[in-house]
Amino acid sequence: MARMTMIEAVRSAMDVSMGRDEDVVVFGEDVGYFGGVFRCTQGLQAKYGKTRCFDAPISESGIVGSAIGMAAYGLKPCVEIQFADYMYPAYDQLTQEAARIRYRSNGDFTCPIVVRMPTGGGIFGGQTHSQSPEALFTHVCGLKVIVPSNPYDAKGLLISAIEDPDPIIFLEPKRLYNGPFDGHHERPVIPWSKHELGEVPEGHYTIPIGKAEIRRKGSAVTVLAYGTMVHVALAAAEETGIDAEVIDLRSLLPLDLETIVDSVTRTGRCVVVHEATLTSGFGGELVALVQEHCFYHLEAPVVRVTGWDTPYPHAQEWDYFPGPARVGRALVEAMEA
Amino acid sequence: MDEFSRLSLHVPEPAVRPGDEPDFSTVRIPKAGTVPRPEIDVDPETIRDLAFSIIRVLNREGEAVGPWAGHLSDEELLTGLRHMMMLRAFDARMVMAQRQGKTSFYMQHLGEEAVSCAFRKALRKGDMNFPTYRQAGLLIADDYPMVEMMNQIFSNESDPCHGRQLPVLYTSKEHGFFTISGNLATQFVQAVGWAMASAIKRDTRVAAGWIGDGSTAESDFHSALVFASTYKAPVILNIVNNQWAISTFQGIARGGSGTFAARGLGFGIPALRVDGNDYLAVHAVARWAAERARRNLGPTLIEYVTYRVGAHSTSDDPSAYRPKTESEAWPLGDPVLRLKKHLIVRGVWSEERHAQAEAEIMDEVIQAQKQAESHGTLHAGGRPSVRDIFEGVYALMPPHIRRQRQKAGY
Repeated sequence: MARMTMIEAVRSAMDVSMGRDEDVVVFGEDVGYFGGVFRCTQGLQAKYGKTRCFDAPISESGIVGSAIGMAAYGLKPCVEIQFADYMYPAYDQLTQEAARIRYRSNGDFTCPIVVRMPTGGGIFGGQTHSQSPEALFTHVCGLKVIVPSNPYDAKGLLISAIEDPDPIIFLEPKRLYNGPFDGHHERPVIPWSKHELGEVPEGHYTIPIGKAEIRRKGSAVTVLAYGTMVHVALAAAEETGIDAEVIDLRSLLPLDLETIVDSVTRTGRCVVVHEATLTSGFGGELVALVQEHCFYHLEAPVVRVTGWDTPYPHAQEWDYFPGPARVGRALVEAMEA
Repeated sequence: MDEFSRLSLHVPEPAVRPGDEPDFSTVRIPKAGTVPRPEIDVDPETIRDLAFSIIRVLNREGEAVGPWAGHLSDEELLTGLRHMMMLRAFDARMVMAQRQGKTSFYMQHLGEEAVSCAFRKALRKGDMNFPTYRQAGLLIADDYPMVEMMNQIFSNESDPCHGRQLPVLYTSKEHGFFTISGNLATQFVQAVGWAMASAIKRDTRVAAGWIGDGSTAESDFHSALVFASTYKAPVILNIVNNQWAISTFQGIARGGSGTFAARGLGFGIPALRVDGNDYLAVHAVARWAAERARRNLGPTLIEYVTYRVGAHSTSDDPSAYRPKTESEAWPLGDPVLRLKKHLIVRGVWSEERHAQAEAEIMDEVIQAQKQAESHGTLHAGGRPSVRDIFEGVYALMPPHIRRQRQKAGY
């Protein structure tokens, strides 16, 4: 075991995968010599050569489109979009091409690509370096969508993603890269080295895609969260003293419905949390599923806590980010209803 | 045996990396004054070679020479020098302010001041720029108040963008400066659309699009060239080739085409390369292109050959990917020093006056900064309201956003 940040864990996953399978290639903007603006690919070009880890032109549609072509040849590209906010030029390639190659060719061609993107706010990135576009991908049939919340999961899930036969959107919450951020921006940063999930095996291991993890056992209310919001929800549970069960979804599609239903059936209450905007967000899907499967067990309306329905502001970042105070109020609301 | 050997992938590499000696021996630089100046209604087919040369006016001795020289008065040149010095001083203070935590982020122009400062003076009031994040000279040279720029950078209570935008993503319709996007290349084709609209409405105003060398790889760059070419839009399409796209050298975006200007040739768009560190050359070429646009002769593509002396942004450390001394080896010199030398040669400037101007300009910038800071900085003093998060998403606030604003307590 080693102590790793989420950056190191993601890098280790690519390193292990490239070492085991020479069909794995890594490319994207600034990922070659420099190792990426968040340094996730640092050292990979030196180790595996510049035809397996290289800089791409600033062309997201080119990056994803060429990855699709490489996958059609038989490679396993794991590409980086520098910020999730930059993925829109590639959206056509992702949604109408990558997602449907298998279906439209009846399996004649497939598209085993992984598209990594740093997601979410918390670094004063303004409206073009803070977005959480997961719902734009879960709405597309043919893509899988993963959002890890810690280094251990990030590595195991990324290796699974690279080994998966279908296209995967791998969203890395950038505010978690260096520590388990719980929304208390006014407090000193806690490094991953002080967190048990910062302990990561150096070699190969996988975490199954589509399995949620209960981060905190509880009986009063179920909190459904992923990415950064898992840590915010844990903080809110501690600070309100409400015995919440916090579920880290880890994979949004496929979704671990069984774990969700089992928990909500026991607690009878549910709060859904995400950083993305509210309207037509992934929370809407979660609420619908809970209603369909747990209606007769519910004792209160399901509450959503999300980013506001506005672009992500720069100066008012912490008034936008759904921090522990807002999640705490939602827990109280769910309990008092 | 097959007659073909196995394939190999070509991945371009810069000539040097950290620890190596800087090497610009492959950058071919023609002597100042040697590139001809065609008539503005020239057939683009006959000037294809201009896409592979570099138009230069100032020679090593500081003289203005050749057919592109002679268009600016002493007064205009002194003003140009002042604008570049002001932009440089502004940058220096704002980089420092970022280090002091007064803002989250900053992007400076060091080495590229001539491009936007000289270009602005070739446009008229009413023309519209669609800039990237490294053309603040368009505002400085149009006398946009520095205090307003700083208010935006500090995201304070007087920020014209109400705290919503990243620092340096200014907006000013009045000063012909379209709101800057944090995403790349999107504005290039928008500039073409603005120019098409001006032609549709039989207006006299023209547009200018801006893009960096790296972002020419985006699809929007190519869309812009198609639309500009098809509709002969009155637009000047500017590529600022500062050699580096964060850590990626310009060869990754350029590929095998030789120059970025040459991208215009396949579209039948006149394509010029110009010394981006030569205030006189930038202005002369911009004026040529602006006149073409205004006479309804269509678009011009200009590549400014320059060098990004500073980091990409305050979040970047260039020593990780290029030699530290590379900027000193850049063969086109420093735009401020070159114009200064020219003005001394002209007999209208001196070392003493320059030093005095430097001090005066810095004082002016510091005064502006004091004024801006009295309205707050990112983490201290006056700040935009939380209410501002919810305003301006739509012209009329829909009920669901009003409910969310109330939930936020505002």
